[in-house]
Amino acid sequence: MSKDNSYWEANLALIKKCLAIWFVVSYVFGILLVEQLNAISLGGYKLGFWFAQQGSIYVFVALIFYYAKKMGEIDANSK
Amino acid sequence: MDLQALTFTFVGITFAIYIGIGLWSRTGSTKEFYVAGGGVPPVLNGMATAADWMSAASFISMAGLIAFLGYGGSVFLMGWTGGYVLLAMLLAPYLRKHGCFTVSEFISDRYYSKTARVVAVICLIIASVTYVIGQMKGIGVAFGRFLEVDYTDGLLIGMGIVFVYAVLGGMKGITYTQVAQYVIMIIAYTIPAIFISLQMTGNPIPQLGLGSTLADGSGTYLLDKLDQVVTGLGFAEYTTQFRLNMTNTFVYTLSLMIGTAGLPHVIMRFFTVPDMKAARESAGWALVFIAILYTTAPAVAAMARLNLIDTVHNTQVSELPGWVAKWETTGLLKYQDKNGDGKIQYVADKAKNEMTKVDRDIMVLANPEIAQLPNWIIALVAAGGLAAALSTAAGLLLAIASSVSHDLLKGVWHPEISESKELFYGRVSMAGAIALAGYLGYNPPDFAAGTVALAFGLAASSLFPAIMMGIFSRTMNKEGAIAGMLAGITVTLLYVFQHKGIMFVASTSFMGGMPNNWFLGIEPNAFGAVGAVVNFAVAFLVAKSTAKVPANIAKMVDNMHSAK
Repeated sequence: MSKDNSYWEANLALIKKCLAIWFVVSYVFGILLVEQLNAISLGGYKLGFWFAQQGSIYVFVALIFYYAKKMGEIDANSK
Repeated sequence: MDLQALTFTFVGITFAIYIGIGLWSRTGSTKEFYVAGGGVPPVLNGMATAADWMSAASFISMAGLIAFLGYGGSVFLMGWTGGYVLLAMLLAPYLRKHGCFTVSEFISDRYYSKTARVVAVICLIIASVTYVIGQMKGIGVAFGRFLEVDYTDGLLIGMGIVFVYAVLGGMKGITYTQVAQYVIMIIAYTIPAIFISLQMTGNPIPQLGLGSTLADGSGTYLLDKLDQVVTGLGFAEYTTQFRLNMTNTFVYTLSLMIGTAGLPHVIMRFFTVPDMKAARESAGWALVFIAILYTTAPAVAAMARLNLIDTVHNTQVSELPGWVAKWETTGLLKYQDKNGDGKIQYVADKAKNEMTKVDRDIMVLANPEIAQLPNWIIALVAAGGLAAALSTAAGLLLAIASSVSHDLLKGVWHPEISESKELFYGRVSMAGAIALAGYLGYNPPDFAAGTVALAFGLAASSLFPAIMMGIFSRTMNKEGAIAGMLAGITVTLLYVFQHKGIMFVASTSFMGGMPNNWFLGIEPNAFGAVGAVVNFAVAFLVAKSTAKVPANIAKMVDNMHSAK
């Protein structure tokens, strides 16, 4: 039982970390701070605009694979 | 070959593939019918999920929507992709671990209640039926425009194709045809985008082209040029125009993310993979395949907008290109030389604007012609649009059919029926769902216009919170879950209906659509997230003051929380 709990807690901690990044790239960079970030440019993109229409999506993809990989390791450790 | 013959050939070949897969993947058990036997490899399931998810609206309408909304269109880009992060971390793996055939079945098991199951089925059916009407309309319209086949005939042909592979093959047939449909759809979407990006910026990758300088030697960045051109004509600046305001943008994005994660036809796809690990990876692959289209769309949007303005603004009426006349006959494009100077002025000021109608769907449909691409690409776009509509329709139809045969018939009314009987009724429900969807596609009811608000609103405000609490909380009981779902739906529907009319009959709107009555300036389509918050709050309050969950249910939750 205690082993189960540590497994679940490790999962919850990982989820919190990933969702924090998820929130920052989309809601903070893409919406709340979009005007400030737009002052910076990334090639021909305004940075805030880039996060909203490109960057956040790339980060989402990376986050899911990162989560899957880490959970794979946590799974292996608790078996 | 002329365009018409090419289009018939392309569409004919793709339909033959779908029917072939349907015949090959006939099913013999309920497990194959509902969850494709539970052994679909994660990458293929990811591809099928992407096809299931990306509808006629994503394929045809989204880029056009962004073209006119600019930055404001980001709501859809982030909202419809960010939901997969929630799905991968909060729902899919645990539901796969629990092991069930339908979303409502999980709710019934976890909340030890047939009432909860029926509430979930009602939400699911309303969300899926409204959503499927749009797909059926898409199929009819695509046939009409590309093949010049009558709308009704187009609808019947589409229904016939889905009937073959969905009734015979169930989830198994649907999954493998969706894989084929994804491939067709993504080729059809990206090839024109690559050509256009190359023409305009010299960079073949649209995602990079959008951030590059124009190929005309001016050294100006494409987006800067677009901003200059649109503001010069009096429109809002492309890269900074907000959708209403910041609060609305925030809440709308959140509602679409939660709604995406809560849509049953998407969740269901993760019941088909072998285990938890496969479910997580599969969500990642699904988003990769979705992201290919979703990161291309903003490039298509900006380039098409610039191209369109360049082509028509200040052009002599007699020198307008051939595609203008062609799309004018479909009613999607209209112009009128109001000041009689023989030229077209395309400006924001309504009194002076001479492009009196530019339907947003034109941006994808006419894009290859605007960019003067060869006929075979135009034919490919037709096949891609049909693949997008068919794949989403099939996934939704399975969600509807399985909730009738598995949840209502087997789960609530006749638990004693045999597996072969259930499979038979599964096929009958599928046939019934196709007939119903076809009928509603032929006679779209008033509420069809509000599809998106209703489907996402219901999924976000009822299903997502109920499932999530079922997984993460050991103490959430049936009273809490049912009260939460009902409260979430009620708040969301009241808000949508009071502004848009009961079931979207405008005359019954009791507060009018006026923005000054909007709560915190949030538009009705964006209200699902507020409904979800109400759901969570009510569920916790009710659960605190009612009976504890039985020991076997706590054990079920513990099982979902363990690696083994």
